[in-house]
Amino acid sequence: MDIRPSRGPDRPETAVARAHLEERVFSVKKRFLAMYRRAHAGHIGSSLSCAEILVFLKYAWMSEEDVFLLSKGHAVAALYALLAEVGTLSPGELDSFYAEGTHLPALPPVGAIEGIPFATGSLGHGLSLSAGMALGARLNGRARRVFCLTSDGELDEGSTWEAALFIAHRKLTNLVWLIDRNRIQGIGGTEEVLALEPLDAKLEAFGFHVVSADGHDFGSLLEARAECARALKTEGRPVAIIANTIKGHGIRYMQDTVASHYLPMDDSQYQQALDELALAHAAALAGARHAR
Amino acid sequence: MRDEFTQAMVALVRTRKDLVFITGDVGFMAVEGIAEAFGERFINAGIAEQNMVSLAAGLAREGHQPWLYSIATFVVFRPYEQIRTDVCLHQLPVKIVGNGGGYGYGIMGATHHALEDVGLMRGLPHMRLYLPLHAGDVAPAVALMAQDPRPNYLRLNSVADVFGDVPPFAPWRKIKPGRKGVVIGLGPVLGNVYQLGDQALLDDLEIWNVGMLPLDELPGDLIASIRDKQRVAIIEEHYRSCGLAEALSYQLLTQGVCPRVFASLTALGYPSGRYGSQRWHQEESGLAGRELRAQLEQIVRG
Repeated sequence: MDIRPSRGPDRPETAVARAHLEERVFSVKKRFLAMYRRAHAGHIGSSLSCAEILVFLKYAWMSEEDVFLLSKGHAVAALYALLAEVGTLSPGELDSFYAEGTHLPALPPVGAIEGIPFATGSLGHGLSLSAGMALGARLNGRARRVFCLTSDGELDEGSTWEAALFIAHRKLTNLVWLIDRNRIQGIGGTEEVLALEPLDAKLEAFGFHVVSADGHDFGSLLEARAECARALKTEGRPVAIIANTIKGHGIRYMQDTVASHYLPMDDSQYQQALDELALAHAAALAGARHAR
Repeated sequence: MRDEFTQAMVALVRTRKDLVFITGDVGFMAVEGIAEAFGERFINAGIAEQNMVSLAAGLAREGHQPWLYSIATFVVFRPYEQIRTDVCLHQLPVKIVGNGGGYGYGIMGATHHALEDVGLMRGLPHMRLYLPLHAGDVAPAVALMAQDPRPNYLRLNSVADVFGDVPPFAPWRKIKPGRKGVVIGLGPVLGNVYQLGDQALLDDLEIWNVGMLPLDELPGDLIASIRDKQRVAIIEEHYRSCGLAEALSYQLLTQGVCPRVFASLTALGYPSGRYGSQRWHQEESGLAGRELRAQLEQIVRG
């Protein structure tokens, strides 16, 4: 597997490249927070949980030919915002999020948008769909890779584990499975509702090379990318990245709460969110400058 | 019909390079020839129908034409949401093949009987069903499905090749003329009408076959015949709910055709709680033998 980034900075480990990623994710977050505020809509915590992962994949890992599938479709505002960031969607289209007659519903729509191969509002489909696309690319002799981001809650679905068996059995090494491990699902914590741990051991037992990362830290994601490349080259096993994240990351009142899955923001909460994001962004930029 | 299906697939893969055949770990002494002909494009996906269907949707997205094969109950009921969402909503050319429609698996019992499959598949957006009447229909049905850009369901059943010369496989076919009543049927169960040993009754029945669903526009001569005879019986190896009779009644009503007699002969499930061969279940439901004869006599002569 070729893991050289073909989009964005050539060497994302450099300070300039890290700063570029921080700028992009700051912009994406501002876009989707504005969408949620305008629509008075929930699932904010879900989008904040995976924003860095989406930006990292798009700007530091995927090539033009690769495919991304957001299996946790309820975080699609983050994906819409990213698609606007790269110019696939217009700002006007983002403004229509949730509006009557929109092309951008609360969960991924069928067919209409480049960059959204499947409507994934129902959990537990994405990994199988990704396996099909990866197998399809292999049968076509194409170098295309498929990146699939699932939630952790959807690992409750048996179909996810059917897909995991298949991917490992068929050694689909052109597929990268990322798990947004924020440890919160529908109405409780994942370990209270239907415990997943030890998740890494489960995935290893299924036949994956498992990589753990901090899903909010580009440095950690870079290390995960390098580890995946090494494993794919030397082991021939498929890879799964457990991206440890925080639901509602970066917004104090929202962080690590079940409510951040559902509740919209009022004006003061929106302002608070923007202020905290700006502070965090400034700190991240400072950190990026010190990155090697 | 299973042998005819495997032969049709082996023939088809010689002409197309985009096919992928996926079995849900069924087809012992049936799919071996397909495996050989398809090579790396033959996949046993294991006993995991939900994954199998979504996998097929992903393959179709990459430009392949996947054919999914399993026992009808397993490939329709278990992964129904995947069929609906991943295949049908996205209008992908995934070909679902269910073996053992109706009571086809006989003594295997209720878990293996597909008495709701037509209704469930007929209810899905963009889905087109192919329902062979006899063994000779399977190859043309497969060929048509391969050309059909929509999602499809092929219902295979045991054969009753009693029809003699019939027109080629089509959405609507008139199988034979008759004097007093019209029988419209779906699948090989229609052959039971020929096996009643009552030539006079058979001569009274004009017989039509539905080969595809949703129903195409009713043929003009069928409508004329129904208006003339005023006696219609629908026969299907399926529950009444969402079946052919319901589909047909909508078509007739919207065209202002309201025959005096409209009888729906269907599978009744397991009224006695006992099990037997396909034939035994058909007889218990009045879809074969003495009870079928009595019902048809009542319809045309009562």
